[in-house]
Amino acid sequence: MMDAVIIGAGPAGTCCAKKLAENGFSVKIYEKRAEIGSPKRCGEGLSEASQSFVGKIPDRCIAQKMRGARLYAPNGRYLDAILTAGGFILERKVFDKWLAEEAVKAGAAVQANTFVSGLLKDDRGFYSGVKGEFMGNEFEEKARVVVCATGAESPIRNQALGVYSKVNLVDSCIQYEMTNVDMIPDLIHIYLSSVLAPRGYVWVFPKGEHRANVGLGIVPQEKKPATYMQKFFEEHPEISKGSIIEVNAGCVPVGGMVKDMVANGFVLCGEAANHVNPIHGGGIKEAVISGQMAADVIMDCLKAGDVSKRALSKYNENWWELRGEHLKRVEKLRETLEKLADQDLNDLVDALKPEDIIEFARGAKLSVLAKVLMRKPRLVGIARHLL
Amino acid sequence: MTWTINNNRCLRCGGCVSVCPTAALELRDNVIRDEKLCKFCGVCEKTCPVEAIKVTKP
Repeated sequence: MMDAVIIGAGPAGTCCAKKLAENGFSVKIYEKRAEIGSPKRCGEGLSEASQSFVGKIPDRCIAQKMRGARLYAPNGRYLDAILTAGGFILERKVFDKWLAEEAVKAGAAVQANTFVSGLLKDDRGFYSGVKGEFMGNEFEEKARVVVCATGAESPIRNQALGVYSKVNLVDSCIQYEMTNVDMIPDLIHIYLSSVLAPRGYVWVFPKGEHRANVGLGIVPQEKKPATYMQKFFEEHPEISKGSIIEVNAGCVPVGGMVKDMVANGFVLCGEAANHVNPIHGGGIKEAVISGQMAADVIMDCLKAGDVSKRALSKYNENWWELRGEHLKRVEKLRETLEKLADQDLNDLVDALKPEDIIEFARGAKLSVLAKVLMRKPRLVGIARHLL
Repeated sequence: MTWTINNNRCLRCGGCVSVCPTAALELRDNVIRDEKLCKFCGVCEKTCPVEAIKVTKP
């Protein structure tokens, strides 16, 4: 019997596995896709500071280094928010495989192209492994703990913890990886507009060699992201002159972090628990953190021989204390910004300092934003939400 | 009531699966639907980034 079996070889699953394996626990990851990391569902941005969690990222995983973000108001004016430590645009297909290799080096096993169809239960009613299929052969794998790191679309999560889906808490996204796009390469470009991307934003993340991820996320509706993208292209010939070499789609959680992430013998982490930054939709860092936090608690529970829901709920406590409360504040920020009209966004970009923008995305200094909004009497109510 | 998916259009992103309130959808090679669970609520159609799903009500 394995100590842990993990479903999903994304950043949450592989980082959880690595930590468990490093500490001498037996662990196996099953990945549904035929190729780990592909197709990507991601803009591929990551702050350099995230290396304190994930380790030194090898050059081959990095498409482009970046200094910060250029934030465009609807009227085209912009400000540059420069990160102290900078960041990366990754090549997720390489990065995710690297993470899997790191887990294997530490002693974990990984198997791609493996569909996990359901969970096993022991006679106490504890989750005790998975059943699935690999290359046409059905199998069962018993484990003391099952970690669900499947990403947002997760029948396994639904099976263990009940259905957890709120349509108003995802953004519907489309992304074109393009070539022959000439943008300042060491900045990510963020276009705010309640008209071009209601609730979300348009992003251009340069990947070096004139490539870029050009994407757009919106609140789910009848009008589709590609229609909005067409409108953005019409206004931005410097981008639409490029060619589309890959199309990605996806739905990104922008809130609604799962409160209770454990059951007897079962732990949920990463995007499957909606661990995503609600303002920019970035999920790699949150996935890594939650995978590692889950590993810490699982190790304690395995050592104590108690993988009950009560024992594993230490992970709930830890995560909500260290990340959850913080992401809740960021969710408030998102709820506030989505109520603003284009004129308000124009005024905000004029009024804010670049260094404040970076703090906001971390859920800090929201009172500064509230004060700026309160200069307009009609926004006082909206601004109060931030305090 | 009908639920149809255009598999030429679908990009297998799983967005519909992540929002389905009755867990009726699953992504294997294609998105598959459990007829017994589906309530034809249309959330999948609304969320689909590429207009691959059509739900019709009488």
